[in-house]
Amino acid sequence: MSNNARSKAMLPGFRLTMGYTLLYLSLIVLIPLSALFLKAATMDWNDFYETITSRRVVAAYRLTFGASLIAALINTVFGALVAWSIVRYRFPGRQLLDAIIDLPFAMPTAVSGIALMAIYAPTGLIGKHLLPYGIKTAISPLGIVIALTFIGLPFVVRTLQPALEELDGEAEQAAASLGANRWQTFWRIIVPSLMPSLLTGFTLAFARALGEYGSVIFVAGNIPMKTEIASLLIISKLDDADVPGAAAIAVVMLSATFLILLVVQGIQWWSQRMTGRA
Amino acid sequence: MSIEIKNISKSFGSFTALKDISLKIENGELISLLGPSGSGKTTLLRVIAGMESPDPNPDSQVLFFGEDVARKPVGDRKVGFVFQHYALFKHMSVFENIAFGLRVRPRSQRPAESAIRDKVHSLLNLIQLEGFGNRFPKQLSGGQRQRVALARALAIEPQVLLLDEPFGALDAKVRKGLRDWLRSLHDELNTTTILVTHDQEEALEVSDRVVVMNQARIEQVGAPDDVFHQPASEFVIDFLGNVNVFHGRVNQGQPVLENIQVGGSRESIPDGEKANVYVRPNDISIDRTPTGKSSMAAIVTRINRAGVHAKISLELSSKEEIRVDVSMEQLQELHLQLGDSVFVHPNKARVFVPDFTI
Repeated sequence: MSNNARSKAMLPGFRLTMGYTLLYLSLIVLIPLSALFLKAATMDWNDFYETITSRRVVAAYRLTFGASLIAALINTVFGALVAWSIVRYRFPGRQLLDAIIDLPFAMPTAVSGIALMAIYAPTGLIGKHLLPYGIKTAISPLGIVIALTFIGLPFVVRTLQPALEELDGEAEQAAASLGANRWQTFWRIIVPSLMPSLLTGFTLAFARALGEYGSVIFVAGNIPMKTEIASLLIISKLDDADVPGAAAIAVVMLSATFLILLVVQGIQWWSQRMTGRA
Repeated sequence: MSIEIKNISKSFGSFTALKDISLKIENGELISLLGPSGSGKTTLLRVIAGMESPDPNPDSQVLFFGEDVARKPVGDRKVGFVFQHYALFKHMSVFENIAFGLRVRPRSQRPAESAIRDKVHSLLNLIQLEGFGNRFPKQLSGGQRQRVALARALAIEPQVLLLDEPFGALDAKVRKGLRDWLRSLHDELNTTTILVTHDQEEALEVSDRVVVMNQARIEQVGAPDDVFHQPASEFVIDFLGNVNVFHGRVNQGQPVLENIQVGGSRESIPDGEKANVYVRPNDISIDRTPTGKSSMAAIVTRINRAGVHAKISLELSSKEEIRVDVSMEQLQELHLQLGDSVFVHPNKARVFVPDFTI
């Protein structure tokens, strides 16, 4: 399908809407982001390089990206399961469950942080039972992963739900009539059909996790080099009135995130082209 | 393969889809299940396929060659199933779609890669889509997709081919082409084929036998010829379509329309009973002058010359609309014009007295 809206627009107003879109994007997104780059550019190259490669910053990057990746992967698997149950089965309380999914969306992240702390802290409901086995569920990278999983779940579930609803049962029946067992039907028919939505859900959960601040700082303990995430480092730089330093860390975060989103978009585009859906 | 269905019922909640159905399908036969939506034809097909299980009943059986398969799941029945909306695997190429049934076989029974390739290519050849193996379903037309779906079903060398309104989503010309192709394919492959359709023309044209279904029951089973000329019930004649219905009364054991007898005497029926008289458009003749006592006066309201026959619409003095087909030659002879007063005369009629079903 052609994206050339102008040549076959049904409604007039392409100029107006496109102009508004560009203005809006510029004011809300592009100008603030470029200000960030400008701020970082006030440092000279050596300072910039030193800031972003200092051991503490690199550790924070590694933790942020690593924990976000793990959390997004966990969410992709278990979020898919949750979405599957909600779409495919009818059970009492299904609608309540469906509503609960959105809670991590709606809650202020600080509230999430406090809630998680109440449970996973060394004295918390679950934390105190795991501590004797040497599992620290708070003030540890594990705590960060837990928090990021919590806040990322709705993204996967909500992305997959429409795709699952659309998944036509006939393709599964066709596979069964051709002799495929349930396992083969699942891996060869269902999973590939859901792949684009799984990838989108994963990306959204991942992106959300990269930017998360509020809930993480409660459970992380914020020990430099160990449980300090990049956002927190930016805040502490700001507290020290080191605005260019904060901007430098942010620029790297921004560029890396943008690159990842671009790659995922590319994969989506490529796979749709491959199957003639683009 | 011969298939025998015995005493099958199926209900979904309070809705009865099949009511005590028994049917025997001969080996190598192409049989159509014909009926309106909700008549149970698709449910019957899915029961045969094993996609629905019939209501539990000790007397009910689904026999493939005498073997009861009622408890066998769909994958073990070796049936080729074709869906109305193709149900192709969108993320797979045409080649992989067709190869799917071979690739999912247990390792011990799975053909070698080269054998799979040969098989798929011969099937692509059969459906006249050589060179389309690398395309994806989205890149094919509706008719091509349905052919791929058929090839996919044929790849597992099914004992029986089940088609659920396979041409329902296609436009008229493609549908007709595929219908003829299906018939020749059936003869070539020598399979048993069951075709579900709501299109009476399709059913009458391709099938060896037609099963007319209505409200979860079988109304009539017979060769297209029999079903068309000897309809067993009012429903059948009505559903096969293209028929004029006159509502008359019984008088002295004979159905009467406007004081005109239309044949078919039934002495046992009391006077005054309602009688429905069905006359096909080509069983009515038009004359300028009354011919005997069974002529009815009518006015020509519409003449449609587009077709092999001319289709004439007329209005009786009772304000009832009727349709008459006449040949082009007859139309010329009669010099019919709109508004002309003429006389119509049913040559052949079937009479049903609703409360005294024959």
